[in-house]
Amino acid sequence: MPKKKSFIENLNLDYRVGLFLATRELKRANKWTTGLIVFVMLLTFLNLVVVGGILVGLIQGATEADKKYSTGDILISSFLNKSYIEKTPEVVSTIQTLPNFKSVVVRYTGSARVESNYRTTLKPGELRDGVGTTLLGINPQNEKEFSGIDSFVIEGSFLDQSDNDSVVLGKNLLYKYTPIEAPGFQSLKDISIGSRVRITSGDISKEYYVKGIIGSKVDSFDFSVIMVDSEARKIIGRGDFNANQIAIKLLDNADSNISKASLLASGVGENARVQTHEEAMPKFLKDIQNTFAILGNAISSIGLVVAAITIFIVIFVNAITRRRYIGILKGIGISKRAIIISYILQSIFYALIGSLLGVIVVFGLLKPYFAQNPINFPFSDGILVATVSGTFTRVLILLIATVIAGYIPARMVAKRNTLDAILGR
Amino acid sequence: MITITNLSKIFKNGDVEIKALNNVSFEVPDGQFLMVTGRSGSGKSTLLYQMGLLDHPTEGSMFIDDIDISKLSSEDRTSIRLNILGYIFQDYAILPSLSSLENVMVPLLMLGMSEKEAGEKAMMALKKVGLADRSVNLPSQLSGGQQQRVAIARAIAHEPRIIFADEPTANLDSETSDQILKVFLDLNKEGQTIVMVTHEPEYAALGHRILVLADGVIVSDISKSS
Repeated sequence: MPKKKSFIENLNLDYRVGLFLATRELKRANKWTTGLIVFVMLLTFLNLVVVGGILVGLIQGATEADKKYSTGDILISSFLNKSYIEKTPEVVSTIQTLPNFKSVVVRYTGSARVESNYRTTLKPGELRDGVGTTLLGINPQNEKEFSGIDSFVIEGSFLDQSDNDSVVLGKNLLYKYTPIEAPGFQSLKDISIGSRVRITSGDISKEYYVKGIIGSKVDSFDFSVIMVDSEARKIIGRGDFNANQIAIKLLDNADSNISKASLLASGVGENARVQTHEEAMPKFLKDIQNTFAILGNAISSIGLVVAAITIFIVIFVNAITRRRYIGILKGIGISKRAIIISYILQSIFYALIGSLLGVIVVFGLLKPYFAQNPINFPFSDGILVATVSGTFTRVLILLIATVIAGYIPARMVAKRNTLDAILGR
Repeated sequence: MITITNLSKIFKNGDVEIKALNNVSFEVPDGQFLMVTGRSGSGKSTLLYQMGLLDHPTEGSMFIDDIDISKLSSEDRTSIRLNILGYIFQDYAILPSLSSLENVMVPLLMLGMSEKEAGEKAMMALKKVGLADRSVNLPSQLSGGQQQRVAIARAIAHEPRIIFADEPTANLDSETSDQILKVFLDLNKEGQTIVMVTHEPEYAALGHRILVLADGVIVSDISKSS
């Protein structure tokens, strides 16, 4: 009897022979067939990464826009039982001492009602054309620098600090941009640049000209009436400089949690609520993000199963058509495991090349493309979310699925009777 | 020494049983050149498949030295085919995606040789069968005789103790057949046991012993010395 080798020695030997066979097989395989299989793997990889990535990217686009234009990296807001941030000027001074501080903006908010046809005599039973909204008082210059809000003006122009008689309306307040006719949903009709609107907050009412209309896909702007801060304070009856919102931007790569901790340590937390962007993100956005991630993973899982079946079929057909080849290998003393390894290595080759091309397409083409040309959804500019770690995980999952899908058919064929395989019985 | 005792191989086709081998017993001493002959369907190839461990007999036993083949696992049988036996198929059975050299290298690699070592040894075997100049050619670029010689080189490269050859000259012209027979005779002179199935009486006459099969039984067992 030949001397028995250890398990590791045998495994090493099987791997070497499997690699030898696999490389020759791949080298001399039909180029078109190889190309087609690799193409299928590429599509599978894209299905795994891109479908989920775009679904998550829809919400990611919305949250990134919210962060970039509205909340910044850290949002300071009034406590839920308070109507404003106490000692706002002191809080702003403290913020400006943060190590990674970049910019800050102070906003005054309050609830208000906007009416457009308040000068028209109504017929009996007719309602005024009005809508309940949020009043947003800003320093136009600071806001432009912080959020670039003026770039979202879709009609007219943005406010200047001297515009005490004008407002900018969010597009979602207007029927022509949000033509929803549902019970309970109100919007303003017949509004154009230069129209007059009446804004009422509590007991205070005042008329303003519409200077511009803004469409930013950031709800806190698109559902608001925006006016200069001095006017807003008058309307909401704020005699001091205590604001409702302070948004902070930090330098790139700064950790917002560390800055938040610094603010809390400085006592800011005694006067207001301090939240990172993630914490301040509306719950529904978080829920949608989680739901879309689950949906993306579900769709990706189907893609993975399709990929596994594809590889299974490819390897199975390959192994079946080469049943005699496998029989001959066994006949001349090549171990079953070496034969199976050769097929697994071929599967891995297809998956690796497909994934590599996929990574190039995703990171070299699709991601930059969608960053430059976001998908225009009504509520966000969708981007492609594909992280390096997430992509690596998917490559790994694809490889594991491929190994299993390559192993099963190769084993099925390799364990058949040697002579039957050789004779094609 | 190969010892075969009461070896039978029965094929079942529905209710019909065909006895391809029926209670065959014989011994093959080391270094013998045994020719197995007989008409088509006499059981020659079936006998060789059992002896070459490519198939399992229905009944009976076979020993190579003191190893009882019937008690071996599939892995052990594969290991014996690799280490002790060399098998030459009637239709060459060389691997289409490997070059001549690579075809011969595969079992050597499986024996644990490095690619360099296996390549050198495979080249020596190809030289032995006169095919060194065709080492890089794929089987599709070789004639039938050349393919058969690659199959022989593959069977002898690892210097097995026993070589089985199933009608190795069946598809070849007489000149190539003569060359191949000469290779076998040389190998046998070097001490290798050879069991060869052939239809050709003149080739059968070149062996030490001729075993004639008919309907799965040995009808004649003639040794040259006798």
